[in-house]
Amino acid sequence: MAGIPHDHYEPKTGGEKWLHKRLPIVGLLYDTLMLPTPKNLNWMWIWGIILTFCLALQIVTGIVLVMHYTPHVDLAFSSVEHIMRNVNGGHMLRYLHANGASLFFVAVYLHIFRGLYYGSYKAPREVTWIIGMLIYLAMMATAFMGYVLPWGQMSFWGATVITGLFGAIPGIGEPIQTWLLGGPAVDNATLNRFFSLHYLLPFVIAALVAVHIWAFHTTGNNNPTGVEVRRGSKEEAARDTVPFWPYFVMKDLFALAVILVVFFAIVGFMPNYLGHPDNYLEANPLSTPAHIVPEWYFLPFYAILRAFTADVWVVIAAEWITFGIVDAKFFGVLAMFGAIAVMALAPWLDTSSVRSGRYRPMFKWWFALLCVDFMVLMWVGAMPAEEPYATISLIASAYWFAYFLIILPLLGVIEKPLPQPATIEEDFNAHYSPTTGGTKTVAAE
Amino acid sequence: MIRNIALTATTALALSAGVALAAGGHSEITDIAFAHEGPFGKFDQNQLQRGLQVYSEVCAACHGLKFVPIRSLSDAGGPHMPEDQIRAYAAQFTVTDRETGEDRAGVPTDHFPVSGMEGAPDLSLITKARAGFHGPYGTGISQFFKGIGGAEYTYSILTHYEEEPACAPDGVDGFYYNSAFPNGGVPDSCKDSHGVSTVPGSWIAMPNPLGDDMVTYADGTPATVANMAEDVTSFLVWAAEPKMMARKETGFKAVIFLIVLSTLLYLTNKKIWANVKGKKLV
Repeated sequence: MAGIPHDHYEPKTGGEKWLHKRLPIVGLLYDTLMLPTPKNLNWMWIWGIILTFCLALQIVTGIVLVMHYTPHVDLAFSSVEHIMRNVNGGHMLRYLHANGASLFFVAVYLHIFRGLYYGSYKAPREVTWIIGMLIYLAMMATAFMGYVLPWGQMSFWGATVITGLFGAIPGIGEPIQTWLLGGPAVDNATLNRFFSLHYLLPFVIAALVAVHIWAFHTTGNNNPTGVEVRRGSKEEAARDTVPFWPYFVMKDLFALAVILVVFFAIVGFMPNYLGHPDNYLEANPLSTPAHIVPEWYFLPFYAILRAFTADVWVVIAAEWITFGIVDAKFFGVLAMFGAIAVMALAPWLDTSSVRSGRYRPMFKWWFALLCVDFMVLMWVGAMPAEEPYATISLIASAYWFAYFLIILPLLGVIEKPLPQPATIEEDFNAHYSPTTGGTKTVAAE
Repeated sequence: MIRNIALTATTALALSAGVALAAGGHSEITDIAFAHEGPFGKFDQNQLQRGLQVYSEVCAACHGLKFVPIRSLSDAGGPHMPEDQIRAYAAQFTVTDRETGEDRAGVPTDHFPVSGMEGAPDLSLITKARAGFHGPYGTGISQFFKGIGGAEYTYSILTHYEEEPACAPDGVDGFYYNSAFPNGGVPDSCKDSHGVSTVPGSWIAMPNPLGDDMVTYADGTPATVANMAEDVTSFLVWAAEPKMMARKETGFKAVIFLIVLSTLLYLTNKKIWANVKGKKLV
């Protein structure tokens, strides 16, 4: 197997040898835990562990919640209240699960933007990136279906709006929507299939996570310099890396504990902060809420969905070219999925030979603008669809596409990158004086 | 029915796809320093018991609390009432037994009755289903100290029945002007040329439920409208979130534990890395 050269597990006792010959599981665990990891990883490399923790938290709390939940339109809402009032620790389990989804998305967005800045998506890590995008899509599907289960007003109307997106596909849209819903509208059949899939998808995500980790354990971690670990010999590699255990395990656990302080403060003291009050009203198909707002983590892409209205020239052009097949509604749906697709294609759209944004003076500014753009989209996604929000969301959506489709390809050609360090070791020693024993003497960058 | 649903579904999609929404009118919400607010806020047991009295004597005429079991009135994190009182309280209701199908007197394991009047919403979750605060700047961060403002919303509805505004001196037939109620109708004479309401709040179907000395508190608290509104609101906050005190306690313990753990992990991490970061150049 390819990878950074390092020591492997050697079975010593008779029992170890017996097992290793039949199932090298201890060796696998050893190689995973002792993986040579670039020693210059900064605090933006903690999100992977946070995400793994979130997945475990969601699965564990979810499995217990299922024991008390009833997936039926007449009983779902009251079974959630049963959990909140009668199940031992049920209120805590539910709030952990609901806020756990938010922590999951905070972490995944920071993880993705980390990758975008340090060029983690570039060769040879394209497969890791693509699998990551699949995980992200599966997370969105899982979160969306999970939000439907309490059967509140936002559950119902969110489901109605989002499944309606599929109805916007010309010709085959309506049959697809009916098939997804299990009927002409959101009803018991919808609730049941969403429940089933909400239970299934986390395990699909777990499998994808295993492949994601496998892929980057093969290529090795990226790092803030974007310079590869030297692989000429074990000794050479050891100068650029430290083993994952104990160095990064401890660092990541420390980061996790700090993040959990904030997480538990939210769960304990303001557990409904990120929810919508309307979801404490039981679903009512005959009463549409004044504002149908998705959960915060969908807002950026929801803003893109709504940005392309019928009076925007690209929409008019698309409608004219396709003889009306692509109308404003369908265009919005294409734009929303397209926004994720262009991000997934970043490895091939970015033409720069330099991996890390640290050595790309022009890229830095465009990337900072992308971060701002993402926040603007999130804010505008929660606003009503009226001026000035419509114009803002259109500009912000346009920048999102421009960044991936125009700026990334162009920058690689016109930008003059700064000199990169020759090795990770060189960069590391430039930041840490070998004599002061762990005190940072030079600020990064 | 199905056509109705399909129709509303289409409307919802149309709304989401960019048709302008009518913005909700503004309303006046009074900020009350409730005992239960903030990370260390606790329910005031006496207040919850007074609130139960107001609920039972006034609100329960039309509204219900269908998700709240009567037995939870004895919870330590709630009104904490003695068991014989709860038994007596439950016995005043006539319940159709689910197993025998026969009517019998209520017992503590039954829930509060459902709303007796059509259109009167169930109040079990009302203080969580309404938000009074969105600030600062729409971030809602003030929740940490003040709660979601559902309590303030409920309190304000009960206390903001006011004289009909000058733009509609005769009012609206069958409705009552309430400067805290955002979701009701507003007569055209109170709208500007863009159709935006010029008055705070709107017209509500519920008549003013409270008047001074409507109940007689056993503990001698003056039964002013403000007191009764605050008491019954606290009671409804408890009804919506009966485990609030347990939750805050767990949160507090977890935060303290994690701060200690973070400190230990910080020191461990620092020590482990010391030899790497301080290593001599080769």
